[in-house]
Amino acid sequence: MCTMITQSVKIDGSGKHNNEWIKLEQANVSFDHPFHAPYEHTLNIDFVNESQRVAVELSESAARDLVQTILEVLNQAEAEGHVEKQSV
Amino acid sequence: MYTTDMYTGVHAETITMKGANGDEINAYLARPLGKGKFPAMVLAHHMPGWDEWYMEATFKFSNHGFITITPNLYFRSGHGTPEDVAAKVRADGGISDDQAVGDLEGAMKYVRGLDNSNGKVGIFGTCSGGRHAYLAACRAKGFDAIIDCWGGNVVMEKTNPKMPVSPHEYTKDLSCPILGLFGEEDSSPTPEQVKIHEEELKKHGKNYEFHMYPNAGHGFFYYHRPAYRPDQTVDGWKKIFTFLEKHLG
Repeated sequence: MCTMITQSVKIDGSGKHNNEWIKLEQANVSFDHPFHAPYEHTLNIDFVNESQRVAVELSESAARDLVQTILEVLNQAEAEGHVEKQSV
Repeated sequence: MYTTDMYTGVHAETITMKGANGDEINAYLARPLGKGKFPAMVLAHHMPGWDEWYMEATFKFSNHGFITITPNLYFRSGHGTPEDVAAKVRADGGISDDQAVGDLEGAMKYVRGLDNSNGKVGIFGTCSGGRHAYLAACRAKGFDAIIDCWGGNVVMEKTNPKMPVSPHEYTKDLSCPILGLFGEEDSSPTPEQVKIHEEELKKHGKNYEFHMYPNAGHGFFYYHRPAYRPDQTVDGWKKIFTFLEKHLG
């Protein structure tokens, strides 16, 4: 582990893994060496459950754009009344 | 130097060995075939895990005449593809320094105990493995040479319970010559951190040889990554085998 920058958060949702949908329970977020993306360091998210992993490795700017986009979509959904309906 | 009329052979396999706390862990072992006694190498794998690159490196050292062992430092985190196991270790904040040093010391004792060992054992590591190799060479007695390739966090500004001491603070205890290979575009270690480490080696009168490659960053040996720099890699391997011939031959 070269940067040691890592945090985990409990999540609730599903992800596609080997063409099958699996339950996801935790997201491990780190900024460290990627396995595949062509950068020295990337923002890595491992969506995991007890035994399976769905992984993404994003450039720093892509990760920031993604966070911004997620928040905008959630805010729009909330403003249009969909979040409350969904949670019922 | 190999010539085409020479016999050559390597036996490579996974084995189990005793690591930190007497735990049984697995390791990849490659032994040169043929008569005679051979020096040995312990390899400390990098953050991406006990992976194919390290199996190939194990074979490479063995093919150059070294009994070579690469312990699986992530053994206790379970089994799966090297990437999945490494991702689990990453989520856990890495492995503890004590455990890594214990596993590498166990590997050193294993290879030194083999019948065809000449008694000399070196250690090599890249990335987090360079850091672990340096810790082992300072804290475990018995290594005869160390090669640190771009080990990050050898000079740490902030420690944590798993990594409680910045490795460069152990420099006074280093008991063997060190070869360091670094890239000037690396962000961990930065050239400034390498300089701090070098000053510490100088202060304690250690036998060291550091090379800072231009136009190279972190992991420039890795042919499967964009950071690969062929010229620097060829020169780096040459320096490694020259250094080992001098100190383990």
